[in-house]
Amino acid sequence: MKRRGIFFWIGAIVFLVAIALMTKLIGNEYPFFAGYVILQFIVLAVAWSILGGHAGYVNFGTSAFFGMGVYTAVFLFKVAGAPLLVQIAAAAAVGALMGFLLGLLTLRMQGIFFSIATIALTIVIETSITNWRYVGGAAGIQLLRPPVTWPFSGYVQMLFFVQAALVVLAVAISRYIQNSWIGRGLQALRDDELAAECTGVPTLRLKVLACVISGALMCAAGAPAAMYLQYADPSSAFNLNYSVSVLAMSLIGGTAHWAGPIVGAILLGSTQQLLTVTISSEINVLVLGVMLVLFVVAAPEGLIGLLRRIRRKEGKS
Amino acid sequence: MFSFDLLLDAVVLGVLLGCFYAAVSLGLSVAFGLLDVPHVAHPAFLVLASYAVYVLNEHYGIDPLLAGLLITPFLFVLGLAAYRLYYETFEKRGSDAGVRGIAFFFGIAFIIEVLIILQFGVDQRSVTATYIGKAWRIGDMRIPFRLLVAFAVAAGLTILLALYLSKTFMGRAIRAVAQDQEALRLMGANPIRIKQWAFGIATAVLGISGALLIIVAPVDPTLDRAYIGRTFCVVVMAGLGSMTGTLVAAIILGVAESIVLTLFGASWAPAISFAMLLGVLAVRPQGLFGRRS
Repeated sequence: MKRRGIFFWIGAIVFLVAIALMTKLIGNEYPFFAGYVILQFIVLAVAWSILGGHAGYVNFGTSAFFGMGVYTAVFLFKVAGAPLLVQIAAAAAVGALMGFLLGLLTLRMQGIFFSIATIALTIVIETSITNWRYVGGAAGIQLLRPPVTWPFSGYVQMLFFVQAALVVLAVAISRYIQNSWIGRGLQALRDDELAAECTGVPTLRLKVLACVISGALMCAAGAPAAMYLQYADPSSAFNLNYSVSVLAMSLIGGTAHWAGPIVGAILLGSTQQLLTVTISSEINVLVLGVMLVLFVVAAPEGLIGLLRRIRRKEGKS
Repeated sequence: MFSFDLLLDAVVLGVLLGCFYAAVSLGLSVAFGLLDVPHVAHPAFLVLASYAVYVLNEHYGIDPLLAGLLITPFLFVLGLAAYRLYYETFEKRGSDAGVRGIAFFFGIAFIIEVLIILQFGVDQRSVTATYIGKAWRIGDMRIPFRLLVAFAVAAGLTILLALYLSKTFMGRAIRAVAQDQEALRLMGANPIRIKQWAFGIATAVLGISGALLIIVAPVDPTLDRAYIGRTFCVVVMAGLGSMTGTLVAAIILGVAESIVLTLFGASWAPAISFAMLLGVLAVRPQGLFGRRS
């Protein structure tokens, strides 16, 4: 286990160095524009899986957390012109608070009722932001990027690097959870909450913890999006497509291992980018729906599950 | 700014609107309330039915309500097929139907949404009929005929479905399967066939519901997202599977929406159903007329 840990951190450092080199070597801004979105979805999918994969609570409110991240950044930028890192940190704090409240909701709701409640939460928050004039209301708000700080050559490159750092953070946390008592406790309560509680697993504390971590990461992933688009409006920041995309990515990759959501996010994220550019965004949503149905029906454990099944068969023969 | 007349107006319109909400929620009340199928695609089927009504009305000049009746058999078959697919892929395998079930229906909802966009574009569509556009005046109050039609049909539909579930053999079988599936199996009945039939009924009702949807207001492809909140709010507030409860809950929602619309403006309206849903889930999860303790 320890050797694997060393390999993981070496891999993470190599990843970040490669990203940093990319921002230096590639002059064209487009790869960063497209890559940013994929990195953002990796963070969201990994964060979603902490609650949805380990604990089995299906959160359809990804867009609520993402949107709150965006609007925390917008608010801070408008009030004080806060720098990017402050925006992200504040968004993480807001997300943690929202996650805490969501965790308390799990006391009374399980299964589909929890999922419906998270959709409800999204719409209620979206409507409140829509009616809040200060941050632009329904019409949205334009933002002007501040000058870029050294050592980056452009603002998009900086956002790209920051989001890559968030990816490393999210994956490290998710990996830690999977290998520690937290992950085992969450899996126990997913299989049978009552039995877990009876055998001494602190279910409520674990659920709240998972919600807080997952929420903080989702909000943090949303914060740089305000500066990325230089524009924010409620109906796109809180779009249901985020929730369903992230759910699809996690299910396609498989939630049994921390690498599953990453694989799913890269696969679906890059397909979507490609389709949006080459055909249209409607086809994009169609592919999302078809892939979701296909994987849920044909490969319920996702790609990771398929891989494991193939390996097991090879081992037997 | 606050006046009694305005409030009375809002309440009357709210009651009419509520009956309409009941009509669009009835199918979900059977599918989710009685059969425990997390049918998030219900509003997408509803919008699909509306577009079918639109096509029949636009090209053949058929009255929207009659068109709704005409597509009912097709929807029934669609419902049978949908349940079969759901059963084979989830309920039969047993574990984890909840998580993947919702994902499955969300996927279907997205597919329907995009197919409608590809076929008809994103513009709003509406139907024509003699009773659309006129209004009935009582003193200062103006009640649009379209809402009255929706009110009458919705009330009729609710009563019909409630009678079906309580008086006929098949209806009682559906309620029995909701109560105890194993007991039914032990008595030699096939619970799956009864559930499939019930899901067919739940989808068939959407023919008339879809007609009402497009009679009350123009329809666009992404309208189903707004109705996820409304229909689930009504069904959960009603208490799962209660038809009269559905009517009462829908009227409460209609009045609440209408009053908020009058007092605070249209921009707050989308949150009402979801806020009420959250409140009900947090305070009284079994709903007003819950069948479970």
